[in-house]
Amino acid sequence: MDKVKTIMLKEWAEVFKNRLVLFSVVFLPLIFIALPVITIVAVPTGEEQVEIPNIEEETEIFPGMEAYCADLSGSECVVVYTLNLYTFMFMILPVAIPVTIAAYSIVGEKTSRSLEPLLATPITTVELLAGKALSAIVPAVGATWISYLIYVVLVGVISGSQFLPFVLEPWWLLAIFVVGPLLTFLAVCVSIMVSSRVTDPRVAEQLSMVVILPIILIIIGQSIGLVLIDQQLVLFLGLLALVLDIVLGYISIQIFQRERILTQWK
Amino acid sequence: MIQTEALTKKFADITAVENLTLNIPQGEVFGFLGPNGAGKTTTVRLLTCLISPTSGRASVAGFEVGRQNIDIRRVVGILTETPGLYDRLSAERNLEIYAHLYEVKDIPGQVEKYLRMLGLWSRRKDAAGTFSKGMKQKLAIARALLHEPRLLFLDEPTAGLDPEAAKLVREFIAELRTAGRTIFICTHNLDEADRLCDRIAVFKSRLRVLDTPAGLRRDLYGRKVVIHLAGEAEPYLAVVTSLPFAREPEAVDNKLVLGLEEPEQHNPDIVRALVAAGADIQFVGELRHSLEDIYLQIVSEEPAGE
Repeated sequence: MDKVKTIMLKEWAEVFKNRLVLFSVVFLPLIFIALPVITIVAVPTGEEQVEIPNIEEETEIFPGMEAYCADLSGSECVVVYTLNLYTFMFMILPVAIPVTIAAYSIVGEKTSRSLEPLLATPITTVELLAGKALSAIVPAVGATWISYLIYVVLVGVISGSQFLPFVLEPWWLLAIFVVGPLLTFLAVCVSIMVSSRVTDPRVAEQLSMVVILPIILIIIGQSIGLVLIDQQLVLFLGLLALVLDIVLGYISIQIFQRERILTQWK
Repeated sequence: MIQTEALTKKFADITAVENLTLNIPQGEVFGFLGPNGAGKTTTVRLLTCLISPTSGRASVAGFEVGRQNIDIRRVVGILTETPGLYDRLSAERNLEIYAHLYEVKDIPGQVEKYLRMLGLWSRRKDAAGTFSKGMKQKLAIARALLHEPRLLFLDEPTAGLDPEAAKLVREFIAELRTAGRTIFICTHNLDEADRLCDRIAVFKSRLRVLDTPAGLRRDLYGRKVVIHLAGEAEPYLAVVTSLPFAREPEAVDNKLVLGLEEPEQHNPDIVRALVAAGADIQFVGELRHSLEDIYLQIVSEEPAGE
């Protein structure tokens, strides 16, 4: 465990000196907190509330909206709908952050040729892989959880108890606290696989970003009324991530073998 | 310290190391010479358990390669072809990380010891990326020694260094030698191998020769003596040719060059014969072929079929 910690601390000391990595860990969560908060502040409340005249038409386009909007006014419905979309955007963090860290951690080490002396130490492959994976997983999961909690607190402070229950739905907690880490692990596995084949951290990062694509597609899908972000979708996403984690985790361990790294990684 | 038997490593159709059999005792400085792509680095990787052999066996410090890899990694130190440092981290931090990985007991003490020994203590807080090539190499050597390994693998330790830095590294290796460590040096620098190594192996996919530097000279060229005369040597060629123990004598300007089995025994006879014939001898010495001559001759001798 001591060696895993050493590798993890080493990775952090190295990668957090890189501004791009720092940006993804600090700036991205800030954006995801700021956007929904601005939305809540901007939407009129109390007497300023406006009724949306064609709410039926809206719910036809966004079929799930009706479920969200039971007993809500038009503007409240818009806020809840938007909050759902923004809360789901927090699922981007557990994927985007580890991809950046892992790309710089593995490809950076490959290009500086510091892997060989590291592999010559009495560290096991599992310890080394765990150290590298955790160095990407811990900040990603940490940043996601912390930013979500800040978001929840801000929603509570700004809207009182009006919108708080919508962002604290049990399936959102499942999404953030369970599906999020599963997606993070998936992103790390993909990064390891991509990093073994490329020599530029930026290329590795961009290629690994393919993992974000399904999340982005879901967000776009909800925006245009094709998909509804709800409990079923989160459960499906969680199960899919779990299966992929097992498969890609196995492949990553096979890729991250000393001989393969030294003789086949290009 | 190192024993290999028919150690072989193949990558697809390419045989990088073929039937390598070695026995390197404790405390020896062993030179491993060969051209680029000869399989030197592959051999080091095999012996440090970074890659596994296709066939054959090897033991390092009493541990079996392939079965006790972690034990082997604990007792060997390695200087890889490139220093492979963490450029953004300080010299001290670079060493501390490796000290943790090598399970060093007194980490601050060992880090300070080797930073001081290699003249890097005053720069310990500076990022390794700001170091010159020579300093980086010294830091990499310090990293390889932190855990006091019984066996040290040095892959091209002075490659790319300026003469001053190379000299410093060589002197340090010579110091390590006196400390009784076994050192396995892969090098292109033949002068370095000649000066530092107890034995030298010339390797090109397989072992071509293995001997002491003096033994290599003797086996390849025999022992030769050169006699410098005050005038032209040609008139005295017949004198040495008549001596039964002289082999292939020749006259070059004012020098007579001849092969001898035992110069210590026969030199006085030659000197007496030449003086009796009226030659003015300036001095007598042994003709030393450079290791470069020997190396080039060996690697150019491609066995049939290659």
